[in-house]
Amino acid sequence: MAQLFRPSSNTIAKVSIALAVLSAGSLLAFGYLMDRGSWITSVQVAPEQPIMFSHKHHVKDDGIDCRYCHTGVETSNYAGLPPTETCMTCHSQIWNNASATQPIRDSWASGKSIEWTRVHDLPDFVYFNHSIHINKGIGCSTCHGHVDEMPWMYKVNTLNMNWCVNCHRNPAQFIRPRSEVFNVDYQYPANQAELGAQLVKEYHAKSLTDCVTCHR
Amino acid sequence: MKDIPHSPQSAENGKGGAVSALIPLESLLEPQRKKVDLEALRQKLATGRGPKFWRTLEEAAETEDLKEYIEQEFPGLSGQIPQGVDRRSLLKVMAASLAMAGAAACTKQPKELIVPYVRQPENVIPGVPLFYATAMPVAGYARGLLVESHLNRPTKVEGNPDHPASLGATTIFEQASILNLYDPDRSESVMHEGRMDLWGAFTGALSTEAQELGMRKGEGLAILTGVVTSPTLISQMTALRAQLPQAKWYVHEPSVNPAIASAARKIAGRSAFISYDLSKADVVVSLESDFLNTGPAALAYARQFAKRRGIDNGQTPCRMYAVEATPSVSGSLADHHFPVKSSAVPAIAYQLAKACGVNAPDPGTTAPAWLDAMAQDLKNAKGRCVVLPGEFQPESVHLAAYAINAALGNVGQTVNIYEGVEPENTLSIEELTGDLNNGRVETLVIINQNPVYSAPASLNFEQAIRKARMVVRLGQFYDETSRWSHWHVPEAHYLETWSDSRAFDGTVTIQQPLVEPLYNGKSAHEIFSIMLGKPDQNSHEIVKGYWQSQVKNDFDRVWKTSLHDGWIVGSAVGTLNGRAPALAPLTSQAVSGTEIVFRPDPTIGDGSWANNGWLQECPKPQSKMTWDNVVAVSPKNASKLGVDKGDMLRVTVNGKHVVGPTWVLPGHAEDSFTVYFGYGRTASGRVGTKIGYDAYAIQDSDAPFFAGGSIEKTGEHYRIANIQETQTMAGREPVRAADLAEFREHPDFPTMEEKPLPKDLTLYPDMWHYNDYKWGMAIDLNVCTGCSACIVACQAENNIAVVGKDQVARGRHMHWIRVDRYYSGDLDTPAMYNQPVPCMQCENAPCELVCPVAATVHSNEGLNQMVYNRCVGTRYCSNNCPYKVRRFNFYLYSDWNTPSLYGARNPDVTVRSRGVMEKCSYCVQRIQEQKIKADKEDRRIADGEILTACQQVCPTQAITFGDLNDKNSKVAKLQALQRNYALLDDLDTRPRTKYLGYVRNPNEALRGQRGNTRES
Repeated sequence: MAQLFRPSSNTIAKVSIALAVLSAGSLLAFGYLMDRGSWITSVQVAPEQPIMFSHKHHVKDDGIDCRYCHTGVETSNYAGLPPTETCMTCHSQIWNNASATQPIRDSWASGKSIEWTRVHDLPDFVYFNHSIHINKGIGCSTCHGHVDEMPWMYKVNTLNMNWCVNCHRNPAQFIRPRSEVFNVDYQYPANQAELGAQLVKEYHAKSLTDCVTCHR
Repeated sequence: MKDIPHSPQSAENGKGGAVSALIPLESLLEPQRKKVDLEALRQKLATGRGPKFWRTLEEAAETEDLKEYIEQEFPGLSGQIPQGVDRRSLLKVMAASLAMAGAAACTKQPKELIVPYVRQPENVIPGVPLFYATAMPVAGYARGLLVESHLNRPTKVEGNPDHPASLGATTIFEQASILNLYDPDRSESVMHEGRMDLWGAFTGALSTEAQELGMRKGEGLAILTGVVTSPTLISQMTALRAQLPQAKWYVHEPSVNPAIASAARKIAGRSAFISYDLSKADVVVSLESDFLNTGPAALAYARQFAKRRGIDNGQTPCRMYAVEATPSVSGSLADHHFPVKSSAVPAIAYQLAKACGVNAPDPGTTAPAWLDAMAQDLKNAKGRCVVLPGEFQPESVHLAAYAINAALGNVGQTVNIYEGVEPENTLSIEELTGDLNNGRVETLVIINQNPVYSAPASLNFEQAIRKARMVVRLGQFYDETSRWSHWHVPEAHYLETWSDSRAFDGTVTIQQPLVEPLYNGKSAHEIFSIMLGKPDQNSHEIVKGYWQSQVKNDFDRVWKTSLHDGWIVGSAVGTLNGRAPALAPLTSQAVSGTEIVFRPDPTIGDGSWANNGWLQECPKPQSKMTWDNVVAVSPKNASKLGVDKGDMLRVTVNGKHVVGPTWVLPGHAEDSFTVYFGYGRTASGRVGTKIGYDAYAIQDSDAPFFAGGSIEKTGEHYRIANIQETQTMAGREPVRAADLAEFREHPDFPTMEEKPLPKDLTLYPDMWHYNDYKWGMAIDLNVCTGCSACIVACQAENNIAVVGKDQVARGRHMHWIRVDRYYSGDLDTPAMYNQPVPCMQCENAPCELVCPVAATVHSNEGLNQMVYNRCVGTRYCSNNCPYKVRRFNFYLYSDWNTPSLYGARNPDVTVRSRGVMEKCSYCVQRIQEQKIKADKEDRRIADGEILTACQQVCPTQAITFGDLNDKNSKVAKLQALQRNYALLDDLDTRPRTKYLGYVRNPNEALRGQRGNTRES
């Protein structure tokens, strides 16, 4: 009897299976790359700021402590950005004619705040509290990276939920002594597991995995 | 009868017919209900065949319609569910929507700006709220507050725990005042004859006027305010009168009866305030007094009463009798409730006086049967009892009550007289109207009050005000009175300006602002200052200047301490001695026919709160209805008239009438009908305008709080949005109550008859070990008055949206805590119980099991967590919840568009969008805040450090929250009491929120008299 299928059906079938597998695979790969890639996560991407503020200069070269500007870090959920007044404590006297610092003087004179672009921005449904992390021995550089090496500020960690939960499940991996929290040059010692376990016990650092810890 | 969506009309007597545009609700919602046969219901309840507790008349009557309604899976939605959908098309649709579900989530987080200060103010730490002490004047008297401020934005009001007039609690009005601050309809600029103008232009005009008045020694100047206790304002007025001796001061406060002050004056010989100490009273008789919820000292009385009502320490609780026409919040806690006409109360007061040995003239009526037993109870408790006169009763009742108290030796024990703090030599609104009509008023300055709306209709103030040459009005809204004024100046909210006020005991609080006036509002002080010739002074200078003149030593320290603490030390006034005056014969008899009783609305007050969405949606304590005012009718009258809930009635007094919907209110006096003020407004703002009927339109200034009138039904029907409508108890007993004798014999009466549940009732093993904190709550039904402060406090704290009348009628109100009101016993004088129901936070939660996306899970501390960002809106959890405490955002109820409302929101709580389930979280943001604080200090949280919003605001401290693992915590002790029980415990949900059973203390001598006791 007559053939139901034309000879080309073979080719069509083979090609479509191959395409389906390929597209499924590439969709997955694409999705993974999108989700983990820097376009979505902004890791290693330094956004443009109204003032080209260099943490490298202020922290490494000048030796200013994080808390001089980010004052809320030990007392509040919000670390805070320095008000223009903090910048003016130095820049009313040094670099006070430079064009780089002109926006600071403009802000001070006009009373209009400087509008920075937020780099470490958690979604609005996440309620993160800085002060408790500092209190329990999580250093600034653990989450924010080596800020003293950054001419322009960028994220080094994705700040995804699974990244946060990784530490929450086992804080001993990342905990450091309270005295070292603001030390940007801190290196985790070889015996971090042991030291970590001991610090977790001493500081009563809990493995908080309840949803309301962050989501309310 | 077919529901016709018809709007209530107010009287056409010059007040402008306010016709509200009703949203048609008829076909979708209310099935064609048969009217409840009240006579049959009465018989059923009387012979004990009826249910023991009932929430609505339909439920008690177990009407066929209701049964059918409830048995439908989705009552009220039958018209909306598509019929005849086959499985194949349903699956197709579901597959398509599932495919779409993921797509919306793949977005990149938008760029966000982070904007610091230029100069950060001292003490401000972004993220840490600050609390400032101030006070809110309620009808002039201060209630001390602590207001929470986030980045200089006030977001929540709490009571000041050390202030005598609040003791840490508030009523619904203080809670809702935050929304008033951010109300988008607030007046934003000076108006001059209907056009915007400048403040400078106004000060110029008023200064010129003041100079001209100066030349006439003030003749023709009339100043109208509400009740004022502010020492600064009173001193400014004194200074003004010194300059302008002919000026007159009028006081108009629509929800305050001038008889209270005039009676106190007769008793003490000078301006005075009669105050009570209920913590010492064994017997309390309320002659129509809503003492637990109304008046300058209400919160103090509530706390005292709750203390005296305690039974767990072995004391015999106090006994309360309530004699009233309209069932009130206070009356709901009475052991004996006697409905009598409001106009009959003076006669009863006199008869009670005679029975207690006071030389009172015979009122000419026979005493009711229960009076002797009540009098005997009082006499048995000489010096330890109190008789409270009704706030809206005439002077005769106040004098009689004092005479009884004096005869029984209560004065100095449960009755104290404080020196009055209201100003002297003020006149009334009637006198102002008379002066206006006689052309004696040239310049009228109105501070805050709204007489065009709220003056009794008999005065026809809207005509009278036109006779003044220049009318200046200081008001927060460009409302009815402002539209008849030449100059309107926006008033600063109490949180925006400096002022001061006194509590009922004279304690002065200096009111400090938390934020600069949002719309350049001004205070009364600044207006007076212009008239005194100093137009450039602001409120800060005026108030501070006044106190500098009063405090001679160490002013700076006193000023700073007073601002910090919330009161000035040593400013309480002294007590006075009183003399019971001779009682004159009663001038008026009880209304023989139909009596109309006028009351401020329970949640809208005198009408100034009409534009507040939180208060409009707050269910009224007795009727649980929202967004309207009703005409309260007793069941007997409802049968006689042949009306049911929602049927329109025409209420006529002295030839004027209004039309309002019926509400059948069990416990209301017969032949007496209550109408409520506050509605029917024509210029209130987007929320309050054209809702309800205007009761002021039939009010007569000669008989402001009760009058004779007539009622007839119009034959039309109106849909009322009622919160407590659609659920039944299906034979269970959510409320457990017993008499004192029964309690003494069986302290575990709530759970006495229960068998323990079998261990293997649930398939799930006992996995949770709560070793750290174990959060729990105990709610004492014995002291809950049903005031609903918890509802509004929760709304303020948790950014709960207002949904509007239409959605409330569909059962979609968003309140996370509701207060259920149960009746028990006979139809005409039932017992009443109030039960606040937040989320039970069940240990074995039915809602957690069924969430397909694990958006509601259990925490290690026992909280049933609601994670909004995971919720996809299947609503299976709400379906499974036996308590129905879960609320779903069917639409985007939160207002994301009005910029002024952004400030009102609490930044620590998510603002939910549509499609997301929400519920009470035990104020998890407060728990987390304290946990972090305690963790940083390396200690456990102490009992009392975490106060949930509902707990903090409750005037009687009915709600207690805390750590059950702490054996010494208050909540652990309360849950260990024998009268502790869980709601619907037979379902093995193991709720963390538990209740303490209600214990009545009835008078044995009155037992058995039908209709007089609270027996079930």
